[in-house]
Amino acid sequence: MRHSSDQRKSHSHDRLYAPIDTAPTATAAKEDGITATMTYDGENEAPKHRTHADSDESMATITPQEDDGTTLEGHEQRPALPPRPSLLGDRPTTPLSPRKRPALQSKPTTAVSSVDIQTLSFPDGSRGTFPTPGSRSVSEAGHGISGGTSTPSSRKVSQNGSEFDDSTSLMSYTPTLRANGDLASLLDEGLNSQSPAWKLLSSQADNVNLFETIDYEDNALLNFDQEFDEVEAVDSKGGNEEQVLLLWKAKLKHYLILSSAGKPIYSRHGDQNLINGYIGIIQTIISFFQDAKDPLMGFTAGGTRFVVLIEGPLYFVAISKLGESDSQLRAQLEALYMQILSTLTLPTLTQLFTNRPNTDLRRPLEGTETLLSSLADTFTKGSPSALLSALECLKIRKSQRHTINNTLLKARTEKLLYGLVVAGGRLVSVIRPKRHSLHPSDLSLIFNMLFEAGSVKAGGGENWIPVCLPGFNKTGYLYMYVSFINAHDGEESSSDQRPSTAGSSPEDEIAILLISTDKESFYELKQMRDDVVAQLESNGSMGIIKAAVRQGRPSTADIVPGTQLRHFLYKSRANVQFMMPSLSPDFSSPLARRKLMSLYHNLHASTHAKHSHVKVLHCVARDSNSLVWTTPLFEFYCIAGPNTSRAGLTHGANKVIQWVKREEERVFIIGGAVF
Amino acid sequence: MAARGPAGSRVGNSRFAQFKLVLLGESAVGKSSIVLRFVKDQFDSYRESTIGAAFLTQTISLDENTTVKFEIWDTAGQERYKSLAPMYYRNANCAVVVYDITQASSLDKAKQWVKELQRQANENIIIALAGNKLDLVTEQPDKRAIQTADAEAYAREAGLLFFETSAKTAENVRELFTSIAKKLPLDQAGPRNPRSGGRGGVELRPDTPGTQAGGPCSC
Repeated sequence: MRHSSDQRKSHSHDRLYAPIDTAPTATAAKEDGITATMTYDGENEAPKHRTHADSDESMATITPQEDDGTTLEGHEQRPALPPRPSLLGDRPTTPLSPRKRPALQSKPTTAVSSVDIQTLSFPDGSRGTFPTPGSRSVSEAGHGISGGTSTPSSRKVSQNGSEFDDSTSLMSYTPTLRANGDLASLLDEGLNSQSPAWKLLSSQADNVNLFETIDYEDNALLNFDQEFDEVEAVDSKGGNEEQVLLLWKAKLKHYLILSSAGKPIYSRHGDQNLINGYIGIIQTIISFFQDAKDPLMGFTAGGTRFVVLIEGPLYFVAISKLGESDSQLRAQLEALYMQILSTLTLPTLTQLFTNRPNTDLRRPLEGTETLLSSLADTFTKGSPSALLSALECLKIRKSQRHTINNTLLKARTEKLLYGLVVAGGRLVSVIRPKRHSLHPSDLSLIFNMLFEAGSVKAGGGENWIPVCLPGFNKTGYLYMYVSFINAHDGEESSSDQRPSTAGSSPEDEIAILLISTDKESFYELKQMRDDVVAQLESNGSMGIIKAAVRQGRPSTADIVPGTQLRHFLYKSRANVQFMMPSLSPDFSSPLARRKLMSLYHNLHASTHAKHSHVKVLHCVARDSNSLVWTTPLFEFYCIAGPNTSRAGLTHGANKVIQWVKREEERVFIIGGAVF
Repeated sequence: MAARGPAGSRVGNSRFAQFKLVLLGESAVGKSSIVLRFVKDQFDSYRESTIGAAFLTQTISLDENTTVKFEIWDTAGQERYKSLAPMYYRNANCAVVVYDITQASSLDKAKQWVKELQRQANENIIIALAGNKLDLVTEQPDKRAIQTADAEAYAREAGLLFFETSAKTAENVRELFTSIAKKLPLDQAGPRNPRSGGRGGVELRPDTPGTQAGGPCSC
């Protein structure tokens, strides 16, 4: 995490006072960015990279000196300039814009160790500039105004080809290149002990709790407690407009959906009267770039990042002060789009707008605002599942899962396409036809509907829901039978269920989902459900599921006794599933949870930036100490208190990874049951 | 979806019958709230829209010998679900068409549903019209958009049972379902409600509890 202070100081000096670079630098950076796009082997698919490239263009166009930031094509036509060695070698990305930099000098930032720095091929401009090792804040980006003026990715990606580059010397980022070692050799160097400042800090308190020491003066999360409060409507006389507007602007996260004709479709906060003006402005801005065949992907205003996603006739805008990267925000917008498709199907959506470009989509989407909002709030609260695009499974023994799978397979009826048992948003069992797999994004839509939005659960009965699963087939509906079983109930009959209003948390709900392509198959699937539940009761599986649900996730200390780790995420890439310990006790409050998730988002952004080749990243901050480690098999993120030694962190990480390896077949559904 | 007609049985002196009931009406008139009140005797002011349809059951006793089980399809009112409605009312024995007495347009929608039911559904279907949110006009009489007399006149003309209900205060909710149950053919022997000429609806007859208690059960 830390290189020696002299080295770092000189870097920051270079960077801060470097003369403004000229176009060739930007070009080189851009080309470099493109190359990186091609070689990047992250889990995002190619089209997304293309998107990033687009984002570069638009960033360029909206900055004042317009002609410099021309499109990629323009660059490609220029005579090739020999890239600076430093650019190609290690720093495809670029620093912050000059107007943000002054703030950085006095702010805590992420520290990057010398061993990491060459792999850490992005740099949040703030990183590496700050002189004191012990006081760096990893979650700087979450602080909006200061270092986090833009999201990490906006620094890494969007500014890559923009004018912002021109103002800074990329050379100044040159770290010392070193060979990439494995985790142990990287982290066992005992660099911690080399810094006197670190020693001093460490000696002061051995056991400072996470997030306790941070000062909140410029913390954008200050208002997080009010984030989900409703913004009242502007009254008819408009007397309270100013006050309402203040409340609205204080929200850390906004999601807006509008049609290309400028009709509002959805806004997370604020009623129609309040947002209409903004919808108009946004529509104008986006359409301007659309007309120029140079779509706008995102821009930054003050401490707020705007990211735009255009899907046919729909414009999606995410406005975030939480410091997520562009690609993370775009993934969230895509999820909202999927939710709309899930309600309407693509042909219906297309047809509506083909027939009448002026269509008011609020009408056809009526009643699904709650689904969009619960999805949006999941993102604002911070969702590991959304971040990692992976699912979480209920941890039970392999043989127990096998029994449940077989019970489902045995009770399977002709009309069944997918059969799932889900407990508290965690997958227990899936059966599926051999030739169809279930797309994680589809499942997250279903989980959102069932466990986050109250509408289905509140009914208390059995449900028959037409739903389009875009990952499966975005042109048609499937029909989903759902019944809930409360893990705290003795009886299994869903019709005796108390609705969610009676106080059972979504964590306690066990749902049986049976999906068919036939809309007439309700009674058939209902019969199958009755058979499955009866069988699960008689073979003891229901008791096992209920016990596992009631027990909740294990704490980090249960998994590795005595560890200094407070929380971790482990994603198995092959299974597209992740595992995490309980959020309590350290992260049970929404604010602590958001901070944790912001940290994970930053770590994720660092290792998933399109030109990033970071495999291991250790971040030391004033309030936390964190590590990310990615291999072709897994992604591992963990966090510990601020004074945890690097050795302690890696030791904990290794222990957890060994544990997951050992428990793999319990923690994850491997293979799954097919028919 | 399997055809499920009324299933009746008689053990000793007690009778048990099962009927399929469907709730229809514009969105946000309170269909789910009426069901929640009827099935669980609960009310939730911040109820979210129903997605798709919910299937619930509730059993009521008409008298000490007679038990009626309702299988209730609580449908979502949004336009996009309209094409699914036939599968819910296809074999229904009874329907509750709900409107909101504070929303004039919701009665128009209710009339469309009644028309569709009378044209498409089971010819013996018993339809009840329910004007919900009675509690709102009890507090603020000027909120009422549909006069009781007007709705009642329409119901009489169309041959419907009629109640003004409040899911919030429970007023008339149980009465609504009970009077439907009383009109249902509790015994399987022969059609009870011969089609009244041309209109395709059911006769609106005064509540006559026990009229159907006549002949012996066919099973």
